Amino acid sequence: MTLSRRALLGAAACTSLLPRRLFAAGAAKLRIGLLLPYSGTYAALGHNITDAMKLAATEHGGKLGGREVEWVAVDDESDPAKAPANVNKLIAGEKVDILTGPVHSGVAMAMMQIVRQEEVLTVVTNAGAQAVTGTLCAPHVFRTSFSNWQTSYPCADVLLKAGQKKAVLMFWNYSFGQESMAAFKEGYAKGGGTIVKEIAVPFPSTEFQANLSEIASLKPDAVFVFFAGAGAAKFVKDYAAAGLKENIPLYGSGFLTEGVLGVQGAAAEGIKTTLHYADGLDNAANKKFRAAFKKATGRDADVYAVAGYDTVNVLAQALDKVKGDTGARKELIAALESARLDSPRGPFRFSKAHNPIQDVYLRQVKGGQEAVLGVALKDAEDPAAGCKMGK
Amino acid sequence: MSLSLFLVQLVNGVEYGLLLFLVASGLTLVFGVLGVLNFAHGSFYMLGAYLAWWVSARSGSLLLAIAVGVPAMVLIGLLVERLAIARLYSRDHLSQVLLTYGLVLLFNELQSVLFGNDVHGVNTPEALSFTVRLGEQTWPAWRAFTSLACICIAVTMRQIVLGTRFGMRVRAGASNPEMVEALGIDVRRLFATLFSAGTALAGLAGMLAAPLTTVYPGMGESVLILSFVVVVIGGIGSIKGAFFGALLVGLADTFGKVLLPGFASAMVYAVMAAVLLWRPRGLLGAAAEGR
Repeated sequence: MTLSRRALLGAAACTSLLPRRLFAAGAAKLRIGLLLPYSGTYAALGHNITDAMKLAATEHGGKLGGREVEWVAVDDESDPAKAPANVNKLIAGEKVDILTGPVHSGVAMAMMQIVRQEEVLTVVTNAGAQAVTGTLCAPHVFRTSFSNWQTSYPCADVLLKAGQKKAVLMFWNYSFGQESMAAFKEGYAKGGGTIVKEIAVPFPSTEFQANLSEIASLKPDAVFVFFAGAGAAKFVKDYAAAGLKENIPLYGSGFLTEGVLGVQGAAAEGIKTTLHYADGLDNAANKKFRAAFKKATGRDADVYAVAGYDTVNVLAQALDKVKGDTGARKELIAALESARLDSPRGPFRFSKAHNPIQDVYLRQVKGGQEAVLGVALKDAEDPAAGCKMGK
Repeated sequence: MSLSLFLVQLVNGVEYGLLLFLVASGLTLVFGVLGVLNFAHGSFYMLGAYLAWWVSARSGSLLLAIAVGVPAMVLIGLLVERLAIARLYSRDHLSQVLLTYGLVLLFNELQSVLFGNDVHGVNTPEALSFTVRLGEQTWPAWRAFTSLACICIAVTMRQIVLGTRFGMRVRAGASNPEMVEALGIDVRRLFATLFSAGTALAGLAGMLAAPLTTVYPGMGESVLILSFVVVVIGGIGSIKGAFFGALLVGLADTFGKVLLPGFASAMVYAVMAAVLLWRPRGLLGAAAEGR
C-alpha cells in the first residue's frame, strides 16, 4: 500500500505543530511580521514598503543571517482602534521573530504600548511620531524612516537664510501637523524669526479658502505648512489659484509634494521642501535601488519604499553578526546599534534613541520633478526628548 | 479684521454656501417629496466629480465633461430609482437607511475598482483659469463661475417648481400623493423624474467642485453630512429653506475658521443647534405634518 496524499499532508501539518525550539536556530525560518495598510488611503504606501522589503530580501538570496525569510502580513487598515488586536495576532498568534510597520502614527502609538511589554524586536518602517524614539523609546524598538522633527526643523533655516523673518504656519491639527510645527518653530525662533499667525485646520478638512484670504491680508514673508496626500494636493492648488504663490513663498516638509506632484502640476512649481530623501538623489545606491524596484514591481520607488528597503538591509547586517539567532537579544540589539548603511537616501546609522541619523535635503519642484538643491541639515539627529535610554 | 478682509470672507462664505446648496437641494427634494432618506446622495456627488476628472483627463475639456456627465448622472439616477429606491416608498426610514447606506458602500467599491484610490486633480478650463481682483485680494475665476452657475440653477429650480405644470405636480405629490394619483397623474413617473433630477444636481455639484476640491476617495461622505445639516437647518423638503440654510452654513464655516479657529469644526453644528432651538422644524419647515 502506498502512502496516500491525504496522509502525507496530515503528517506535514503535524510537524508544523511541533514546538519551534526542536529545530536548530539556523534552520528554522525567520518570521517577519508586517503590520501595514493594504487597504484604504495609505494602501499604496503599505504596498511600496512591503515590495521594497521583499526586494532587499531577494538581494540577500532570500535569507537573513542564514535563515530563510517568511513574511506574515496583516492589513492594519490604518485604524488605531484595531491596532492592539492586530499586534497581538502577529506577536502571540503568529509568533513572529521580528515585527515591522506601520505607516499611520496612531497605529504606531497603539503598537508601542504593546511591544514595550513584549520581547519581540520591532522596527518602525514609516510612522514619524516623536514618541516612538522619544518618551516611549525602548531598547528593542528601532525606526528606519524619520521623526517628524527631522522633516521640519531643518526648513526653518532655509527661510532664515533667505531673509524671511515673518512666517505664517498652517497645518492639519493632529499629532503629525502639531509635531511638525513645533519642530519648525524651535528652529525658527532660534534664528530670530517670528511667527505671525498659526492656522490650525481640523483634520481632514480641505476647505482652505477662508484661511488663504487671511494669509493674503497678513502679508507674511513666507508660509510654512503641513498637509499630506489629498489635503496637500488641494492646498498647493488652492494656494496658487488664490494668486498667493507669486507673492508669498510656500514651504513645507517633503510630504507637501511627495506622491502628489502629478496632481499639483504647475501649481507646485518652485515650492521648496525638506525631507530625508528625494527621488532624484544622485548616488550609486539610489540609482541601483530605483532601477531594481522598477524592474521588480513596475512602479517608481519613493521615500516609503526606501524605508522598507533599508529595514531589511540593516536587519541583514545585524542578523549576519549573530548568525541568525534572534534569541541572542542583547547581541542583536548591539549589532543594530553599530550597523552602518549606504542607503539610497545617503549614509544611515541609528542614534542612541534608535532613530536614523541622516542627511535632510532641501528640494525644489522644477519641471514637475523634485530637484535636490543641497543638504539642509547634515547628520540630522532627532533630539529624542523624553527618551531615557542611552543617556 | 479690516473691512476689505471682511468683505472677501463674506464672498468666500457665500460661494461655499452656494455650492452646498446645489448638493443639498437634491437631497431635500428627494426627502421632501419622495419621503426617502437618501444616504447615497453624497456618492452621486463623488461620482460626478470622478466623471468630471475621467472625461476631462481624456478629452482635455471640463465643459465637455459636464455636458456628457449630467445626462450620465440622470441615467444613473433613473437606474438606481427603478432598481432600488422605487421599492422603498412604502417602507419606513430604517429600511431606506439600510438600503441607501448599502448603496454608499457599493459606489465606494465601484469607484475603487473603476478609478483607483489615488488623488486626482482636475484642471479648470483655460478660459477661466485667471484670477480676479477683490480689493487687495485675488480670487480664482472658477470660484466666481461656480457661484454664478449655482445662482442660475437656484433661480431655474424656483421657476420650475413655482411656475410650471410639472412643478405644480411636484408640490401636489409632496403634500398628497394618493390624491394626485387619483387625479390620473402617474406618480411613479413623477418620482422617477424627480429622483434622477436630484441625482443630476448632486453630480453637477461634484463636477463644478472637482477643480476646487480635487478628486479623492471618500469625498462624498463629508459633503453628505454637511448637506444633512443644511437640510435640517432649512426645514426638510423646502428648497428655499435649503438655499438660506446653505448660505448660513457656508458663512458660519468661513467666519468660524477665521474668528474662532479652535472651534471651527463645531461651528456649523452650533449654528444648527441654535436654529433648531429657535425654530424646531428649521427655517422654513412645514408646520407639524405626517411625513
